[in-house]
Amino acid sequence: MDILAIWLGKLTLLALRALGRRGTALPGLVVEKVFPRFLARRLATLPLGVVVISGTNGKTTTTKMVATVLGQRHRVLTNDTGGNFVRGVLTSVVQQSSWLGRTPADVAVLELDEAHAVRFCQVHQPERLLLLNVLRDQLDRFGEIDTTAGLLAKVAARTTRHVVVNRDDPRLVALAAGLAAEVSYFGVAPALRAQFPTDEEMYGGEVELSELKAAVELLALELGVSTELTLRIGDTEEAITLQAEGAHNAQNAAGAAALALTFGLDAGAIAAGLRMVQPAFGRGQAFELAGRRVVLQLVKNPAGFRQSLRTVTGLRPAATVIAINDDYADGRDMSWLWDVEFASVLTGNSGRLMTSGTRAADMAVRLHYDGLAVEQVEVDLGRAVQQAAAAVAPGDTVVVFSTYTAMWQLHQVLAKLSGVALR
Amino acid sequence: MTTLTLAHLYPREMNIYGDTGNVLVLRKRLQWRGLDADVIGVQVGDPLPADTDILLGGGGQDAAQGDIGQDFVSRGPELRAMADDGVVMLTICGSYQLLGHHFLTKDGRKIEGVGVLDVATTGSDQRLIGNNHIDTAWGRLVGFENHSGLTELGPGAQPLGRTVPGRGNNGQDQTEGAVRGNVFGTYLHGPVLAKSPQFADELLRRAFQRRGLSAELEPLDDSLALTAADVAIRRPR
Repeated sequence: MDILAIWLGKLTLLALRALGRRGTALPGLVVEKVFPRFLARRLATLPLGVVVISGTNGKTTTTKMVATVLGQRHRVLTNDTGGNFVRGVLTSVVQQSSWLGRTPADVAVLELDEAHAVRFCQVHQPERLLLLNVLRDQLDRFGEIDTTAGLLAKVAARTTRHVVVNRDDPRLVALAAGLAAEVSYFGVAPALRAQFPTDEEMYGGEVELSELKAAVELLALELGVSTELTLRIGDTEEAITLQAEGAHNAQNAAGAAALALTFGLDAGAIAAGLRMVQPAFGRGQAFELAGRRVVLQLVKNPAGFRQSLRTVTGLRPAATVIAINDDYADGRDMSWLWDVEFASVLTGNSGRLMTSGTRAADMAVRLHYDGLAVEQVEVDLGRAVQQAAAAVAPGDTVVVFSTYTAMWQLHQVLAKLSGVALR
Repeated sequence: MTTLTLAHLYPREMNIYGDTGNVLVLRKRLQWRGLDADVIGVQVGDPLPADTDILLGGGGQDAAQGDIGQDFVSRGPELRAMADDGVVMLTICGSYQLLGHHFLTKDGRKIEGVGVLDVATTGSDQRLIGNNHIDTAWGRLVGFENHSGLTELGPGAQPLGRTVPGRGNNGQDQTEGAVRGNVFGTYLHGPVLAKSPQFADELLRRAFQRRGLSAELEPLDDSLALTAADVAIRRPR
């Protein structure tokens, strides 16, 4: 019977592709309606079970990391297209199954956001869970950070074998107490801890140091065009050059490594896997536009924005565009822009400054109050990125920070205008 | 050069919705006019600055509100004296609730407030979330509401404004926020002063007046802020 579900999903996907759509959700929706138990049956056949990766920031890149590391030994099913909900998972299963009805995988590595992870757990109890962080994000959906943490606690309680937790996030440490599954931790060395403040610590002075012993610890970190880091994995130290840029990805790499340890991989294999990871959608992807280099950075919440700002200063952009949309997927609330400190990072480092997107004016007000001169407020994303490129010399770099829906639009615009992805 | 003292209550616990931006907005609007402000963060246990001109407080997690509740209540007599003395106060969400008589939580706990404003709040299962703007005596204020506490005004408090699209104090009586003298409370995050510049200047004027200084403020170019406000009021809730 499952073969019918797979055919149905695949045909839906083909039809969508013929219409020029991406189709990350609809095939899954169709299969879910017609064969509601298909997903649970399929996942139950995986010999190494299901890994869920959740948290506010870094899910997509960390999922790529875990899938790449495990992929050296095992056949991995994953939803690395950003379809981070049950239907997206279903679509991935359909896509990666053969027309003969086989799903050639040993383990599933699935990115799920906090709310969808809870729904997913009603379909399948994951064997392993990696919890990255709980930061303020989408508060127009969840209301409070504590509500978000409560959702993750439910997912942790449903996990059967092993939960890996960021020991530097007090909300996650609190929910890890009393779980049936085994718990292990990853973290950053005390000397680096100030680079990763929680939302409370942003305005509260000193950061709190955890006493918990981490299975994997980020010992050293150097940010440049690439990210150089040292991880202690078990008792072994490994130096790694990461192609996914930024301090937060060094932290994510520690989480991915700790999760890989639960599969019995050794430090050398884990480090080798991490070195192969490519950047995910919108995380430092670069395009060529009229001879200029346009680098895209996805920003969704204060912590992520703070990290991205620091990541790109090394690029010395000749122009910086900040594109803020407020559609449902971005979050309607603009308050979060005020918890990002722009002045110290962008002054002298950003080149010409422009804002774009539905809330271009909000962003411009924010920068104005941080003492930064905004040269142009252009709501239309396509015009903004073209004007930014035209305003700088050939060979120069334009950095575009943008929210989720703006990122999709920019991808389409850039594909149409240049068609050249640099990486 | 005239320098005002801005006291910012609990910057660590009571700021997850950008309310710290209100402090920045006031300070910058002074600096753009050649004036300045001393900004003093007041943590649990810290004394309030004796010469406070403007006191600002934001919103936090409901749990954080419990954590700081004791400290807040211990400041009651001092806060009431300051309010009677005309100190300007802008309190948002959680700190607005604590400035009232009490907060009755859903599970029946009673978090005491300090009674500076004649309002009382009850926790609810529903969260009131969305873009909001209100009409007030100081023009239109624009922000984003996100709260589960329902606040009722007593006879000693005037509403700050009338909700236009939003839910306001309690989702029932169309009131939003509360005013008593120079004390203001509201559920508008955003931060509210960023897209309501005339209200920011009103607070500054009141602080200068209380000190017996001239309240004439040079006009600023607020076209960007007013554009942002116009955009916000046309967006879906």
